Amino acid sequence: MRYVVGIDLGSTTTKALVLDEKANVLGRGITNSRSNYDAACQIALGEALINARFSVLDSELQRDGVREAERTAWTRTLERIFRLRQFRAQLEALEEELKRVLVRFDLKAVYADAVNRILRRMNEEAAALFAEGASRKSDFFRDLAGSSYLRHAEEESRGEGLAFGPLAGLYDKAILEVENLPTAAGDFENHALGALAEMDGPPSKLASSVERAAGIELKQVGSVGTGYGRARLPFPEGQIRSEILCHGLGAHAMFPNTRTVLDIGGQDTKAIQVDDSGIVTSFQMNDRCAAGCGRYLGYIADEMNLGLHEIGPLAASSERPVRINSTCTVFAGAELRERLSLGEKREDILAGLHRAIILRAMSLLARSGGVADEFTFTGGVAKNPAAVGALQKLVFENYGKVGINISPDSIYTGALGAALFALKETSRFDA
Amino acid sequence: MKDTSQLRQKKMLADHFGRLARAEETGEKSVYTFVPGNLTELILSFDLLPVLPEINALQSGMRGKSREYIAVAERLGHSEDVCTYVKSDIGMMKSGNVGPTGERLPAPSLLLLSYTGCFTFLKWFELLKEEYHCPIVMLHVPYQGDGKITESMRSYVVEQLRRKVIPLMEEVSGRAYDEDRLKEALALSAKAEDDLVWVLESAKNRPSPIDAYFGAVYYIGPMFSAFRGTQGAVDYYQSLRSEIEQRVVERRGPLTPDGELENERYRVVVEGPPNWTSFREFWKMFADEGAVVVASTYTKVGGVYDTGFRHDPEHPLESLADYCMGCYTNLSLPQRVSMLARYVTDYRADGFLINSIKSCNSFSAGQLHILREVENRVGRPGGFIESDLVDPRYFSASNIKNRLESYFQMIEQKRSGGASA
Repeated sequence: MRYVVGIDLGSTTTKALVLDEKANVLGRGITNSRSNYDAACQIALGEALINARFSVLDSELQRDGVREAERTAWTRTLERIFRLRQFRAQLEALEEELKRVLVRFDLKAVYADAVNRILRRMNEEAAALFAEGASRKSDFFRDLAGSSYLRHAEEESRGEGLAFGPLAGLYDKAILEVENLPTAAGDFENHALGALAEMDGPPSKLASSVERAAGIELKQVGSVGTGYGRARLPFPEGQIRSEILCHGLGAHAMFPNTRTVLDIGGQDTKAIQVDDSGIVTSFQMNDRCAAGCGRYLGYIADEMNLGLHEIGPLAASSERPVRINSTCTVFAGAELRERLSLGEKREDILAGLHRAIILRAMSLLARSGGVADEFTFTGGVAKNPAAVGALQKLVFENYGKVGINISPDSIYTGALGAALFALKETSRFDA
Repeated sequence: MKDTSQLRQKKMLADHFGRLARAEETGEKSVYTFVPGNLTELILSFDLLPVLPEINALQSGMRGKSREYIAVAERLGHSEDVCTYVKSDIGMMKSGNVGPTGERLPAPSLLLLSYTGCFTFLKWFELLKEEYHCPIVMLHVPYQGDGKITESMRSYVVEQLRRKVIPLMEEVSGRAYDEDRLKEALALSAKAEDDLVWVLESAKNRPSPIDAYFGAVYYIGPMFSAFRGTQGAVDYYQSLRSEIEQRVVERRGPLTPDGELENERYRVVVEGPPNWTSFREFWKMFADEGAVVVASTYTKVGGVYDTGFRHDPEHPLESLADYCMGCYTNLSLPQRVSMLARYVTDYRADGFLINSIKSCNSFSAGQLHILREVENRVGRPGGFIESDLVDPRYFSASNIKNRLESYFQMIEQKRSGGASA
């Protein structure tokens, strides 16, 4: 099976999206590994290809006449076990790396037993993380394993009288290697067959479909890279596109009536106007200062000792947003502390900060040509309910009723655009 | 290896700055004045030496000196948002007034403030007046608000020349106004102007033999600084023209920091001055993409010739008045829109770019309006980048590169009719 891939190397995450030759999305992959760009691309692509085989599996089951309800139930169970097996494989890689780090820093005598106990407990808890109906705070191994490791490390340091710092430092060193190891999570065939074996009498149609999905050869026939780090992508120059074009085209593919796109990423905000083919006609982006971008929210979350995913819902619960105008990331911390000392509620301050970043985006939108119907919001910040709420309100106040699109896969918009460019290049080459 | 014209210009500049450096010994007097609508022929007719603080400031930017000069000016109380030409100039003055060639510049004997659309000029020379305690004269040039020069506007400027500017120049120089000498200079100006226009219009060829922005800032040097109206300028433009004629015959592309551009992929028109602190890097961002600037408004900042204006020895003061009123900075927004639209069409450009200057309130205002208007008229895409004249803090290379690459790819995408799968 021939496929093309689009890779979006952002400042926070790397995304890969795989399309078949008819522009159907086969799979998506994301990683927060960014210390090594080549590795980040491979990991995101590896993940996308695993998901592509899950798409193939679904098609195979359909072809076998399996009804949708059963297909969903079977693949959900299979995937849950699959993800657990991946997690365990990564835990093994972590264990190996931790052993190496202990030796390298001559810490084995003091910390080896504690590390072993921590890893054993992490292994024991893994099944619960991937149990039916379990919710996970992150999709990234670094976050999931990290929160578990640090919790147990704290217990160890309390119980055994060990210093917490070095114990935590061991994880920080080891995880860098593990998350840059494209093979750490294993491959589809191994985990899918393993998952089948772990299932209690898997349906024969599922088993045969898994075998077929695992056996299909996936052949890459085109690739295009984009994003903040695109100049460092392991692609020849001709296969690199600006993220502005990719976001425009990606948004058009997701919502064909899109005329205006707003993308708020980690360190830049882009307002893009596109025509009815998704071709960019005009754009504006922040210059020389990343105030009011995704990182601003990350900084605020750190200041408040909250997770990035927690501040949006908290801000959305505000009833009396505080008016804040500055979007300077450095000043935001001071503003936050001052407001707290004045007795303002956390959610009201957060709501004000969210509104401030959207106000900055509104200025870019205005300068790019305004907000036309339909309007598509993309990028990591589009997942934040308080940012979305502020945007809806301000767009309505300034431009009246405009349809606002937000895809659950909005983080992949740039990668989708890149993949579509790759597909176009490939068809031109074939022709 | 440098072309004959480049060597000639280098020598002209060295001689001029040498005269300025020795002015206190030789007794020669200098006039500080501005580029837009400069009165070089008139100044030279009194044997006075022109000094152009804007050019000194941009040279400071190119020589990597402006950062420290701006810091000096900020320590004196000028805020971050003040025009960085002003701050660089003030900082240079306070640091010993060493000019672009490393030689000291003389204090002015006269400040000739030609007001041609930039209100900061007024404040700038007020500051210099405080410093130098020398005579100052203001030539108030009426703005082309209605898009045309009327007889009353012309006579208003001529009257100021006659009643204020010339008498003060006579007083400062100790010489009587010599109209015949001025007429001779204006005849030489017109000759050089013909050749400059030919050179700039050579960019209508495909491939363009010149870059009409980055390359052309060197071409406009003699015309807009201290040499218009001299035989030296006539010779310079003749040799420049013959070099470019040769490039056209040989179908050669423009010279760039990395040598000759061989594959002209994009033809663009640019509005706004270049960034001077990262001039080569900025130029390379275009050249690396195969982008050639085929016309620019910045090269008209000292005076607009390609609509037919030439200095006219038969009407000396009237033509100086028309020159001042016709320079790019004195044009209304609709005139600027028309000029850009005409350039995009006449020079067969793929689009146009605006380099908006962070610290320039006079000319950055209205640029988005210009962008939309020109887009509407010519149906070709406009791009918008932001940097500064000489404050290196305002030049974010990765951001500008990102915008430029996106812009050029946007042109490419339009050419290939989109990429929808």
